Amino acid sequence: MALNSKTKAVLLGPLSKNNPILVQVLGICSALAVTSKLEPSLVMAIAVIIVTAFSNVIISLLRKSIPNRIRIIVQLVVVASLVTIVSEVLKAFSYDVNKQLSVFVGLIVTNCILMGRLEAFALGNGPWPSFLDGIGNGLGYGWILVVTGFFRELLGSGELMGYQVVPQAFYDAGYENNGLMMLAPMAVLIVACIIWVHRSKNKDLQEETN
Amino acid sequence: MDAISLIVRSIFVDNMVFAYFLGMCSFLAVSKNVKTALGLGLAVTLVLVITLPVNYLLENYVLKSGALEWLGPQFANVDLSVFSLLIFIAVIAAIVQLVEMVIERFSPALYSSLGIFLPLIAVNCAILGGSLFMQQREFANIGMASAYAFGSGIGWLLAIVGMAAIREKLEYSNVPKPLKGLGITFIVTALMAIGFMSFSGINI
Repeated sequence: MALNSKTKAVLLGPLSKNNPILVQVLGICSALAVTSKLEPSLVMAIAVIIVTAFSNVIISLLRKSIPNRIRIIVQLVVVASLVTIVSEVLKAFSYDVNKQLSVFVGLIVTNCILMGRLEAFALGNGPWPSFLDGIGNGLGYGWILVVTGFFRELLGSGELMGYQVVPQAFYDAGYENNGLMMLAPMAVLIVACIIWVHRSKNKDLQEETN
Repeated sequence: MDAISLIVRSIFVDNMVFAYFLGMCSFLAVSKNVKTALGLGLAVTLVLVITLPVNYLLENYVLKSGALEWLGPQFANVDLSVFSLLIFIAVIAAIVQLVEMVIERFSPALYSSLGIFLPLIAVNCAILGGSLFMQQREFANIGMASAYAFGSGIGWLLAIVGMAAIREKLEYSNVPKPLKGLGITFIVTALMAIGFMSFSGINI
């Protein structure tokens, strides 16, 4: 199963040039609230990758039999069932993380990435490209989450995945954790910085007006 | 009195946008001018105020563990809360459709000004978020749930109108090229959120 250039574009495009968060502005709602630590961001990213990939496949398989008028409801039902499964699995295997994520696992249902990709891609393409598109967009969403979580945990509590990484000598020398990083608004600011870097690298994405 | 303090708290302290970042997608996309922002804000408030009490009733009389007891003692152990996501989103989608039809019938002017936003509201995270928070907080009665819905809606309205006003002014400022558009909007949101955090110490 060699990847030809088209499937490659479908899978890798969303990582940078067509990133769901940075370029398509989808799925920001849940991205910001869960990133105060690396671990929940990682779990959230994996959950979203799974749900986008499989909902894309299911809708793509059903695309010829869904009446156009009720497709939104059908999509919501498919997504909600998948999210329910993911959230039950999370509750069973990592209850602590599930508690940290609280309502945000449920909110994957209304994550605009899902609806956006279902409408824009899965309704018009076969199951295999849709699966790749789901994985690609999930990954594109995930890496932003992980980067944001990484910086917030590192600067905010000097830890990564719960392990101390900033050495004690730093604290003895007067280094302090930046408590501001643990607050929700800093997630927005870090994403803004990622956008800044990303757009100065990709000049064609820059906008003309404010 | 409780209801009033709940409303004030959900407008300022637990603001949907600035404290939980719910409904960010439409918040970023539709905040280019004050008038449309106001329209969308009103529509979100309306849908929240209708869906939240309905979901509250469903949660307490159908979904919660033991909620089906009114059907007979043999149902006392039934726990349907696994389905809450499915039911909530179905109710929201149905009510959005209904509200759309009612508005179209009785106020064509309002309909044409809200038109495109109404269907989008079904996937606005603030609406589903409201229902999920309602489930988590276990409000005492339906009045409190409605008060919470109203406060959250007004809070969301306040946030998006404020954002739109700032963006209208921003048009004339000289922003670094890579930050134009989305970037500067994010930074303004962050600053507004930090501003709103000053309310969080208030005890009402």
